[in-house]
Amino acid sequence: MSEESTNKKTFQERIDNGETIEPKDDMPDRYRQQLIRMMSQHAHSEVVGMLPEGNWITRAPSLRRKMILLSKVQDEAGHGLYLYSATETLGASRKEVINQLLEGKAKYSSIFNYPTLSWADVAVIGWLVDGAAIINQTMLARSSYGPYSRAMVRICKEESFHKKQGYEMVAQMADGTSEQQEMIQDAVDRWWWPTLMMFGPHDEDSPNSEELIKWGVKSKTNDELRQSFVDRHVQEAHTVGLEIPDPDLEYNEETGHWEFGEIDWDEFWNVVKGNGPMNKQRMKARREAHENGEWVREAAEEYARKQKLSKEKAS
Amino acid sequence: MSNDKKSENKDTQWPLWEVFTQPRDGKPHQHAGSLHAPDAEKALENARDVYARRKEAVNLWVVPSEEIVASKGEDAGPFFDPADDKPYRHPQFYDVPRSTKRRS
Repeated sequence: MSEESTNKKTFQERIDNGETIEPKDDMPDRYRQQLIRMMSQHAHSEVVGMLPEGNWITRAPSLRRKMILLSKVQDEAGHGLYLYSATETLGASRKEVINQLLEGKAKYSSIFNYPTLSWADVAVIGWLVDGAAIINQTMLARSSYGPYSRAMVRICKEESFHKKQGYEMVAQMADGTSEQQEMIQDAVDRWWWPTLMMFGPHDEDSPNSEELIKWGVKSKTNDELRQSFVDRHVQEAHTVGLEIPDPDLEYNEETGHWEFGEIDWDEFWNVVKGNGPMNKQRMKARREAHENGEWVREAAEEYARKQKLSKEKAS
Repeated sequence: MSNDKKSENKDTQWPLWEVFTQPRDGKPHQHAGSLHAPDAEKALENARDVYARRKEAVNLWVVPSEEIVASKGEDAGPFFDPADDKPYRHPQFYDVPRSTKRRS
């Protein structure tokens, strides 16, 4: 047995024993690469995710809603930062991973390529999109890679605020004027299917899942996660009197699960490949934010340099 | 390498800092994560904004990451081995008269 394969075996044994892998531990190159891919993609999603909602900060219907939305968008920036930092522990540089996004080489969650057409979309994003994120992230909080799982624990705590404020708003609008009711139902109709797509392709079409489960990065498959999302959210929709836009939706008494219709996978792959309704705008906004923020970074650096100089003079 | 200014990411890649938060008075500082900042002052401010938005801390430490010296993960066993040879460091090692043991 070659030395390399001996190492791999020990690594798999550690994973199977439920041990946590830390940055300086030996790990197969493929584990490192898969994590860098997955974690930086996750970080990009948090940061790009600020765009559809940030769009509505100036138009929030009340000061309370404005404060909530500001905090939520700030949280997303924080989540991006936790995840970029955790990715760096694997030896990827911040500059490198951000460049991959800006050059269009790295992916981010396809959900953020849909437009936010009304204020009700802000409510539904909180409820459905953050609801989906929690299900995914609760699982990742048990991931085999220490820094990833610790970042997830922190993120999940904040994400539950995001979901709850969204569901509160959904409930209020569903209980509001007929115009508000129509707005919120329309938003649910537009976001339901894209949210189901957030969990990724069917298990049999998901090239990375098996490997990620073997390595303890994930502990549930895309389809399992999607099912638990559907079960929870159908219940929540019915509680506030909203319809799920799926004629095939049916409760199975035997399994205790909601069975749902087929996802439009052509649309999914199309959006993933960059042809979603908002892909180009999102990337343009993200690139502009980076370029327009350059003076802030330069100013901070210059300020630090001057502070250091004046301290040296004083001593 | 492209010279086109627009396509070049002129990120400054400031030094990396490790952030430690003290959750409550009297508790030890705990590692929370890391961040980039041009100097210690800015690192503290960024750490407050990122790692202490929900009263997670009453005090913060920021330490330049490169200043941290750590033992190696792979020789965790041998490195800490001497602890096994010195059972007399633990109170369980000592026998005392039974009658004194459980006095309440």
